Amino acid sequence: MRPDDLLALARRVVDQARPGEEIEVACSYGDSRSIRVYDGEVESLTSADNTGIGVRVLIDGREGFASAGSLDDDVVADMLAEARDNAQFAEADPYVGIARPDGVTAVDVELWRDGVNSVSMDDKIALALELERRVRAASPAVTGVRVAGYSDSAGAFALASTAGIEVATEATSASVSVQALAVDGARTQTGYAYDGARDPRDLDLDKVVRRAVAHAVEMIGASKPATATVELVLDPHLAATVVGLVAGTLTGDRVLKGRSPFVNRVGELVASPALTVADDATDPASLGADSHDGEGLATRRVPLVVDGVLQGFLHDSYTGRRSGAGSTGSAVRGTRGLPGPGIHALHIDAGTSGDLEELIARTDLGVLVFSLAGLHSGVNAVSGDFSVGVEGRMIRNGQLAEPISECTVGSTLQRLLLDISAVGSDLTHLPNGVSTPSLKIGGVTLSGASA
Amino acid sequence: MIEQDLLDDVLAVALSRGADFAEVFAEDVRRGSVSLDDGRIESLASSRDRGAGIRVVAGESTGFAHTADLSPRGLRAAAEAAAAAVKGGTATPTKVSGIATTPGRVLQAPEDVAKATKVNLLRRAEEVARAADQAITQVSARYADTRRRILVANSEGVLAGDDQTKTLFSVSCVATGDTGLQTGHETVGLSIGFELFDRYDVEALAVRAAERALTKLKAIPAPSGTLPVVIGPGSGGVLFHEACGHGLEADLVRKGASAFANRLGEQVASPLVTLIDDGTMAEEWGQFAIDDEGALARRNVLIENGVLVDYLWDGMRARQEGRAPSGNGRRMSYRHLPMVRMTNTYLAGGQTDPDDIIASVDHGVYVARLGGGQVNTASGDFVFGMVEAYLIEDGKLTAPLREGQLIGNGPRVLQLIEAVGNDFEMGPPGTCGKDGQGVPVGDGVPTLKVAELTIGGTAA
Repeated sequence: MRPDDLLALARRVVDQARPGEEIEVACSYGDSRSIRVYDGEVESLTSADNTGIGVRVLIDGREGFASAGSLDDDVVADMLAEARDNAQFAEADPYVGIARPDGVTAVDVELWRDGVNSVSMDDKIALALELERRVRAASPAVTGVRVAGYSDSAGAFALASTAGIEVATEATSASVSVQALAVDGARTQTGYAYDGARDPRDLDLDKVVRRAVAHAVEMIGASKPATATVELVLDPHLAATVVGLVAGTLTGDRVLKGRSPFVNRVGELVASPALTVADDATDPASLGADSHDGEGLATRRVPLVVDGVLQGFLHDSYTGRRSGAGSTGSAVRGTRGLPGPGIHALHIDAGTSGDLEELIARTDLGVLVFSLAGLHSGVNAVSGDFSVGVEGRMIRNGQLAEPISECTVGSTLQRLLLDISAVGSDLTHLPNGVSTPSLKIGGVTLSGASA
Repeated sequence: MIEQDLLDDVLAVALSRGADFAEVFAEDVRRGSVSLDDGRIESLASSRDRGAGIRVVAGESTGFAHTADLSPRGLRAAAEAAAAAVKGGTATPTKVSGIATTPGRVLQAPEDVAKATKVNLLRRAEEVARAADQAITQVSARYADTRRRILVANSEGVLAGDDQTKTLFSVSCVATGDTGLQTGHETVGLSIGFELFDRYDVEALAVRAAERALTKLKAIPAPSGTLPVVIGPGSGGVLFHEACGHGLEADLVRKGASAFANRLGEQVASPLVTLIDDGTMAEEWGQFAIDDEGALARRNVLIENGVLVDYLWDGMRARQEGRAPSGNGRRMSYRHLPMVRMTNTYLAGGQTDPDDIIASVDHGVYVARLGGGQVNTASGDFVFGMVEAYLIEDGKLTAPLREGQLIGNGPRVLQLIEAVGNDFEMGPPGTCGKDGQGVPVGDGVPTLKVAELTIGGTAA
């Protein structure tokens, strides 16, 4: 199904709106492939068509929603009826509604690459097999590969509404991932890495092999460190994780409900003056780039923190109306759920502190973080309390030292931002759509064995 | 969902290029939910998902294709795509015939309950929670039900179906005080229908969530360091699910990604530990009649008196080992391949009075409720959030503690269990994630004492 066919389908549902009703229909169609290899053989090969439709109906400020995994006429008709019925039971809110066109012109970002279709299945399988082979061959300490895989998808998305919004886009994506194992006496250390691109030919296996192998092999012999106050050195992947946690608390819904540590703090210094953060889906270099948000409004660059000062929040049309700030084009959604404000393509400006090696070299006592565990349970997005498990290597006098595990770092999201002591100059576009340099955060409590 | 003749026909197509095994998994899922937040019923959502996944196995390779099109044309196309992905094998299809199953009993189907009744549950919960104390400043609540009908047919002649209904209710409160905002939650869910609310009073659940939030206002920062830890009954089961159960899944064991590989018959835990996975546990969140490969649910003892006696198996791994499946082949939806998954996983109750267990600790932490966690199945290292915890001083529970993390290693914790209480309980309903697939699971524990665990708190 082409984007225009999808849009026509969405329009047919919207055209059934009764007087006084607002309707928004989002639908998607795509095909995907997924290859998993193990021990030099294809373990599984999946091919699939994926469809979805979500129907939002508003009657007098009351919202109902229904979704389905089929675009068959009978199912689509059922969903419209069900969404209407659901709206009867919701309570009215004057700010609830679909997005209204706001005059912002959408950027032209090309999200489709032909490689997903033109590269043969055999070549894709060969890519996954090569990834596994290279990880196994990279070091005698690698004792196995739990899974190596390749997957890609090509799909179209369309949205139409009674407010006159009509959007149809198409996009491709491809990724590889691998988990290396390194048996270490009675324990097994693991290293996971992945890469993503719009075209399979742009995937960088070298990078993936290096990271997966290093994280497994360098963890051999890991022990629990003594409790201490340390600097955390975060490569771009980990910097994206930590800043992403903060950005997740800057959404309009959290702020309006008082569930963010940053409520009422716009204009204040909330971070190191070295930190500038924006959400920018208009940047074609980011894999999170998109011309439109989940309600069909044009995406735009949304400054969040400039030189450490909080600028504002991420809004969809509902939180934009309710707060008076207006939508920032930040609605995110699948077709199977209601839109809500969120992050598209987080961007942290490069600083002046050099690359990861330089950050390490200028650290007296620190931890180079390989992974953070328990982010879901260990980060309270309301209070900002932060206590998560950490694995990585100690840094002593500018040198990488012993690997550590079974320890935690504790702080708050608020303090982590203020304690950023260096922003690297190694801006990296990550496969998850975040663009960020390495970061260093000072004065963090590492809890391990009692001193 | 699909006629028997058509199933035979599709399985024949799936085997037509040569294979060892073929399977059709069809699913029809309806979900409904209502959410209340910020003083308002925000929205009601409904969803419908129907489709089939077709799997073809030859040797160690699996071809898989799924489609939302259940017409003969759609199913044959998927069967051809799955068949084209693998090579070799000489199986011939056996005509499918039904095996008897007993789906869970549902007294009141949620789809027959008026939406207004569901809305009213949330309103009552909100009212009561707000009235509990002036410090309760925010309340949110959610109701959700699912009816999942599945059908499995395979080239070995299996034809089985199940009809799985689940109902869930949760309420969260935020209390505001001098220490900032603190949250309290309560969740109940069972594999039954709307009669869930004959068992549980939503007002009592709301009061409990409010009390949890209020208690935390008075909480002190959790200590950091290595201390004895007593885990209360119920929610602590998630620790054994994550830190031990995953390591007993045959697919991870086979790939050397488990701390329990090659250890059958060994004393892997304290003799007080008996760990069981039981898909037949009536009404529990992880219960079903058949797994997603058509095998009957079973009760499987994994660790008995500290000795590792068995792993968990799906059909593929069981066939490789020439043994019967254990009823642990599960998948998130027809869009996913099945793999080895837990059902209801629990540590069996012991002999000790829970009060005596607490009294045996001079200085430690009592974890009344454990939250979500993360585990590295290969190393067994885990991190779990403490949602509700108290300091133990001189054998007594004293100050409530703010949130913190429990850090440890699954296999080592099993060795460090010093006491097991006689007060076994199942914990709240859970969703287990593995390789991107979430499935409903239950878990439980009695009160138990771990000689030492690392606590990552925020106390200076």
